[in-house]
Amino acid sequence: MKVIAAMSGGVDSAVAAARMADAGHEVIGVHLALSANPQKYRSGARGCCTIEDSHDARRAADIIGIPFYIWDMAEEFHEGVVQNFLSEYSNGKTPNPCLRCNEKIKFEAVLKRARAMGYDAVATGHYAKRVDSENGPLLYRADDPNKDQSYVLAVLTQEQLSGALFPLGDTVKSDVRKEAHERGFSLAQKPDSHDICFVPSGDNAGWLRDRLGSETGEIVDEEGAVLGSHKGAYTYTVGQRRGLGLTVPAEDGRARYVLRVEPVNNRVVVGSREDLAITEISGIDVKWCGPVAPHGDHRGFAQVRAHGTPAPCAYRWDGQRLTASLDLPLFGLAPGQALVIYEGNRAVGSATIDRTH
Amino acid sequence: MSASDKDSSAYLDNAATTPILPEVLEVLYRESTFVGNASSLHRAGRRARKVVEESREKLAATLGAKPQEVIFTASGTEANNLAVKGMYWSARAKSATKSAICASLIEHHAILDPLEWLEREDGATLHLAEVDSNGVTKHEQVAQILSEHGDRISLLTIMHSNNEVGALQPVAECAAIAREYQIPIHTDAVQSFGKVLLDFGKLGVDAMTISAHKIGGPLGVAALVAKKNLELTPLLHGGGQEREVRSGTLHTPVIAAFATAAEISQQRLLENQLRIRALRERLISGVRSGVPDVQLNGGENTLPGIAHFTFPGAEGDALLLLLDAQGVQCSTGSACSAGIAQPSHVLLAMGMAAKVARSSIRFSIGPTTTENEIDKAISVIGDVVSRARAAGVK
Repeated sequence: MKVIAAMSGGVDSAVAAARMADAGHEVIGVHLALSANPQKYRSGARGCCTIEDSHDARRAADIIGIPFYIWDMAEEFHEGVVQNFLSEYSNGKTPNPCLRCNEKIKFEAVLKRARAMGYDAVATGHYAKRVDSENGPLLYRADDPNKDQSYVLAVLTQEQLSGALFPLGDTVKSDVRKEAHERGFSLAQKPDSHDICFVPSGDNAGWLRDRLGSETGEIVDEEGAVLGSHKGAYTYTVGQRRGLGLTVPAEDGRARYVLRVEPVNNRVVVGSREDLAITEISGIDVKWCGPVAPHGDHRGFAQVRAHGTPAPCAYRWDGQRLTASLDLPLFGLAPGQALVIYEGNRAVGSATIDRTH
Repeated sequence: MSASDKDSSAYLDNAATTPILPEVLEVLYRESTFVGNASSLHRAGRRARKVVEESREKLAATLGAKPQEVIFTASGTEANNLAVKGMYWSARAKSATKSAICASLIEHHAILDPLEWLEREDGATLHLAEVDSNGVTKHEQVAQILSEHGDRISLLTIMHSNNEVGALQPVAECAAIAREYQIPIHTDAVQSFGKVLLDFGKLGVDAMTISAHKIGGPLGVAALVAKKNLELTPLLHGGGQEREVRSGTLHTPVIAAFATAAEISQQRLLENQLRIRALRERLISGVRSGVPDVQLNGGENTLPGIAHFTFPGAEGDALLLLLDAQGVQCSTGSACSAGIAQPSHVLLAMGMAAKVARSSIRFSIGPTTTENEIDKAISVIGDVVSRARAAGVK
C-alpha cells in the first residue's frame, strides 16, 4: 500500500509511521502545519503545532528512512476546527475539537488529498483499532484502556475508516515509548499532550474570553433568582462546581453546579447535583463507524467524554436522531459533546448531543 | 544523490545547488591535507596565503575584476548582507539624510530580508521597483525613484537574474542611472555567475555577489566583489582578514576550490550554455506535450538553465511530492516561512494571483544534467500533473 503517515512530532505518530514502513508499505511522512503562525499555538515540546514539533517529526522520518513533507492545513484547520470551536462555545455548547480535527482534517482534507495523489490511506498514532469485516471496516477500542481514542474517531464514516490505519491499536503506551526509544527517536521522552493544541496556555476560559469578549451576566437558579455574576457565559461548563463565586449561599448549604449556559440571555443557570442527572441523551449529525443501525431499540453503552465511563443503555435511531436511554443517570452533560455508542469494544456510531433529559 | 543514481532519478534543482565538479573535489581534497592559516607568518602560513591569493587572482580574472576587489565570505547571504548593510551604514554615516534604499520587488530573500530589517530596526525607507509580467525589473521606474528620491538614496541593489523564473535583469541600465545620481549600486549575481558572461568592470556596478556552490564549487564559500573605493561598514569584527571589511580565518581549501570551479565554468561557458539551453528546450517541449495548458514563466530573456512552469489547477507542493516520489527533484521556488509554503513574492510581483502562484514549480538544469534526466521528468509529468490536479488547489 501507499501510505501517508501523519507525523505530529510526537511519540505515537512517529512509531506508527515506523511500523507502517516496517510492514513494507511505501510510506511518506507528512507533518500538518495547522497554524499560519506556528509560534502562536503551542510553545515548548508538548504539542503538535510548533516549529520544534515539525523538526522532531522530520528527524523521526530521517531515522525511519522515509520522505518527509509539511502540508499546510492552516486554513482548513482554522475554518473546520478553531472557528467551529468558537461558534459552538458562543452558542452555549461544549465542543470537542479533537473530534472535529479527525472528522474534517486528518481523515477528510488530508485523506482526500492523499487519495487524489494516488495514496491508499492515512496512518496516524491514534490508539484505536480498525477491524476489517465482511461488512466493511469497523472501529474498535485500543488494547490500552488508558489511551483508547476510539471516542474521538467515532465521527468517521466507513468510507473514511477504509482509508485510515491505526498501527498502535494493539500496543500499550509504555511499550510505544519503549519502542520509540529503541528506534532511536529523540522524541521518545516527549511528554504526552493533554490540552487543546491551539490553546497554548492551557487556559481555555482565558483563550475564549480573549476571542469572544467577556460580557458579564447573571448566575441564576432554576427559579431565576440571581445568585452571582459571571465573566463570559461560555467559560462555564455544565457540571462545573468550582469557581462560580456565588454570593448567595444555597438554602440547604449544598454545593451548586452549572446546569445550563444560556448564551442568548447571557445567563448561567445553577442547581443541585440531582438537577444535573440525565437519563436520556439525544443527538444529531449522526455518523456510523460501521453498518447503519436498524431502526428500533438496541442495547449498548453510551460514552459522552473522551475518557468517560461507558454507561449501559438502550439506544435507538429513527433516521435522524440517535437517542440513548441510560440504565443509570449520568451527571453533568453539555450540549455539543459527542455521544458515542459502543457495543462491547466496537464503536457503533456517534452523534452531537443537542438534547438531554 | 550521487551521479551513479542517475538511472533512477533526475536532479533538476541546480539553481538550489549543483553537484561538485570532480576537478573541484580534487582541489578541495588536496588543499585540505595542508596545515596553515593564511594570516600566519611562517612557512605553512605563507603557503596558505599563496593559495588564497592565487585563487583570488584566478577568480578575479574570470570576472573582469581586480584581485583586490574580491572579498571572500562564507555564503552568498553573508555577501549580500555585507553589501546592503555595509553600503547603507557607510552612506548614512557620511550623511544622515541618506536613509533610503532602492531595490526591485523580486530580490532574493538574502537581499529583501536585510532591507526589511534595516527598515524595521534602523530607520531605512525602502523604494522597491516593480517588474513586468515576465519578472523583469522596470528600469524606467528605477530612474523615476532615483529622480524623486536620489538625494536620500544610499544604495541601489538589483539582482542580475531572478533565481525563481530566471529572468535576466537590466543591471547595466540601472548602473547607468545610478551613476547619473552618484549612487552606489550592488547586484546579486549568484544565479548568473558562471551561467552568462559577467564582466564586473564593464557592468558598471560597485559591488556584486557571487557564490561557489551554484557552479559546481563547494558549499560555504562566496564573495562580494567590491570596488576599492566603495565604503563598506563591516558586519563581522575580528582579525580584519579581508580588506578590514570581513573578518574570519580564510578558508583556504574552499577558496581554492571556488577558484577552480570559476575557471572551469568560464572555460566551458559557451559550450555549457548551448548544451543547457538545448536541454531546457527539450524539457519545455516535452512538458508542453504532456500538459498542453502549461504556462512557461520568465519570458524570452532568461538564464539558460531555468524553466519555470505554472500548472493551473495543481498545487506546487503536491507536484513536488509526486515528482520526488518518481525520482524527479525540482523546487517550488517559494520561500518557506516556518515550513509553510507561501506564494512566491516574485510571482506575486509579476502579477500572478496567489492561487496561480502556488501552482508553479521550477526545474533548473546544470552542466552535469543529462538528456536522460530531462526525459525522465518528461515521462512522468503528465501523470503527476493529473494527480496533483485531482488533489486540487486551495
